[in-house]
Amino acid sequence: MGGTTAGRTGEAGDGGARRAAGPAAGPPGDPQDARDPQDPQDPQDAQEVRDPQEVRRRLEDVGYLVDEGLATACFLALRLHRPVFCEGDAGVGKTSLAGALAGMLDAPLIRLQCYEGIDASQALYDWDFPRQLLHLRAAEAAGVTDVERLEAELYDRRFLVERPLLRALRTQPSVLLVDEVDRADDEFEAFLLELLSEYSVTVPELGTLRADVPPVVVLTSNRTREVHDALKRRCLYHWFDHPSFARELAIVRSRLPAVSARLAEQVTALVQALRSEELVKPPGVAETIDWAEALDALGATELDAELAVATLGSVLKYREDTERARSLDLSAILALRAAGA
Amino acid sequence: MAAVDGGTAVLVGFGRALRAAGLDAGPDRVQTFLRALDVLGPRRRADVYWAGRLTLCGGRDDLDRYDRVFAGYFGPRGRTPGPRARPLPAASSPRSAVRETDRAPGPGEDGRRPGAATALASPAEVLRHRDVAALTAAEREQVRRLLAAFALRGEPRRSARLRPARRGAVDPRRTVREWLRRGGEPARLRRRARAERPRRVVLLVDVSGSMTPYADALLRFAHAAAHRGPAGSRAATEVFTIGTRLTRVTAALEHRDPEAALAAVAAAVPDWRGGTRLGEMLRAFLDRWGQRGMARGAVVVVLSDGWERGDPSLLAAQMRRLHRLVHRVVWANPRKGRPGYAPLAAGMAAALPSVDAFVEGHSVAALEHLAAVVRGAEDA
Repeated sequence: MGGTTAGRTGEAGDGGARRAAGPAAGPPGDPQDARDPQDPQDPQDAQEVRDPQEVRRRLEDVGYLVDEGLATACFLALRLHRPVFCEGDAGVGKTSLAGALAGMLDAPLIRLQCYEGIDASQALYDWDFPRQLLHLRAAEAAGVTDVERLEAELYDRRFLVERPLLRALRTQPSVLLVDEVDRADDEFEAFLLELLSEYSVTVPELGTLRADVPPVVVLTSNRTREVHDALKRRCLYHWFDHPSFARELAIVRSRLPAVSARLAEQVTALVQALRSEELVKPPGVAETIDWAEALDALGATELDAELAVATLGSVLKYREDTERARSLDLSAILALRAAGA
Repeated sequence: MAAVDGGTAVLVGFGRALRAAGLDAGPDRVQTFLRALDVLGPRRRADVYWAGRLTLCGGRDDLDRYDRVFAGYFGPRGRTPGPRARPLPAASSPRSAVRETDRAPGPGEDGRRPGAATALASPAEVLRHRDVAALTAAEREQVRRLLAAFALRGEPRRSARLRPARRGAVDPRRTVREWLRRGGEPARLRRRARAERPRRVVLLVDVSGSMTPYADALLRFAHAAAHRGPAGSRAATEVFTIGTRLTRVTAALEHRDPEAALAAVAAAVPDWRGGTRLGEMLRAFLDRWGQRGMARGAVVVVLSDGWERGDPSLLAAQMRRLHRLVHRVVWANPRKGRPGYAPLAAGMAAALPSVDAFVEGHSVAALEHLAAVVRGAEDA
């Protein structure tokens, strides 16, 4: 606990100073004039956004529709170099946000799936031990006597196996997705905190590796466990709600342009109605898209109650929920929508 | 931000109002908030709203309170700000509220009173809070005894983390490291095995009217249970109170001092000594926490007398759902200790088929027994 707090306090001053220096200041020892001519094509340029509306437009171009809050969150993440911490029900688009950001910035998406027991050698870096041994043997066979040089060679960068976090720091620009961070245990969280506040990593044998352009970081959590507050403080917190009817319809239409407008509208209306029922697992947007896709694959252009019940399996994943939905008057919901439209 | 200007003062005051409402809007968060507004250019109410929500909130539970304080501080949506509401900091000069320092403070901006903020923060509904200030000497003694006696550790399970061990699979990393140290000469094989960890324990404490004589002691038990044992296991205990609403009190119980912790719980729980809707509460727990993973593989302990005001069939259904998710369901009923007790209460009868261990909970000795059951001792 004490260590974490101390690290955070130290970082606050440090990070502030680094940012205050501004994006123009390159890493120490980097010749400025060599960078300047490239600036228009610089990776930083792609991340340069003027306002949330621009972020929204550019995300829409890659097929991800955002509301005002999420647009603001992404804008701030890009401008302040802060991770976005996403929480919300399953299937509301937390993970696909990272993909959309990667598409928008034309940067590679680097994904770290968290699980219990994950540690630094799986998330950050590892040494390629077999190759190190081979190198040692080869040097022995060649009769190398300079022990110190040999030792230094053993911990050269070429023997370093990059795992997602280190790769994200060394790939510029990049989007780093730390998926389901709540599944990792708290030891890992402390380690992640250090990385996300400094955007640098210390490899004992090599020294500190720092990202000149910090990656855009998206963290997702399903709230199986409360994530430590110190980590949340580093982040912009965004709660994903289920979208409104109009927005969900727009999402379905943009994802599945081949599906008929009538079908998309009916499916969306029905899912919205199901969500207001007390279900074990309310369907997310992902399920809406799945359903519309399934119905389209069946050749349907319009939805009736019978067809809806037959394909219910693509929206509801619990037996109790399916039973409940069957007991509802689906045709009435559909008729209501048709009358309203 | 060299000097504090009027706009900044309003925003910092907003941070104070949020803290008074119980949000963890510390100075570092407020600073991020100001920086966010700086890059956004605080022109519109929505920008201020979203910048604050993104930077000052840390969980879903914060969002409602945030909305309430925001509406109270900056005036409700759609209404022109009256004399009491603070103007948006950018209302008079767009894009400059945070950055510039020579702006004259606008009307009303200097009038931030913490008192006003506190009044805003108190929730509208008035529910009874319990007074834990008066503890008798005997009760204090009991707290001490409970603290000394309990470590509510879940029974061990194999975790995914690997530890060095004498036996088990070969650990290539450590083995090769050892070899490298010896210049590439093969040496003893290093091995590793899965580490064991205590299972997560989730306590659901009934604080309804019928449980009044016991709720106090049970919460103290929960506090003791959450604080004993190694640091790792502390985070592994979650405590909720149930009654007419579900309240997560794990954070409130974090105070090391039991008095302070119980006072925090008393302040956090709004439905003290009300009715019980066990089925609904259980559903709320499963929907919001349990199903997502908190209950998966955990030991869930329900501390309740099983008096259900709602529909027993709902409770039965939710108990079945709970039973499918968790490792073990333990139900501790204080009334079970009475001679001639039979689980006749409709709720209790409905829940029992899904309960793995049904134990007493009326005395310190019974709670000690409960702790042993949770640990996995085979005497339940």
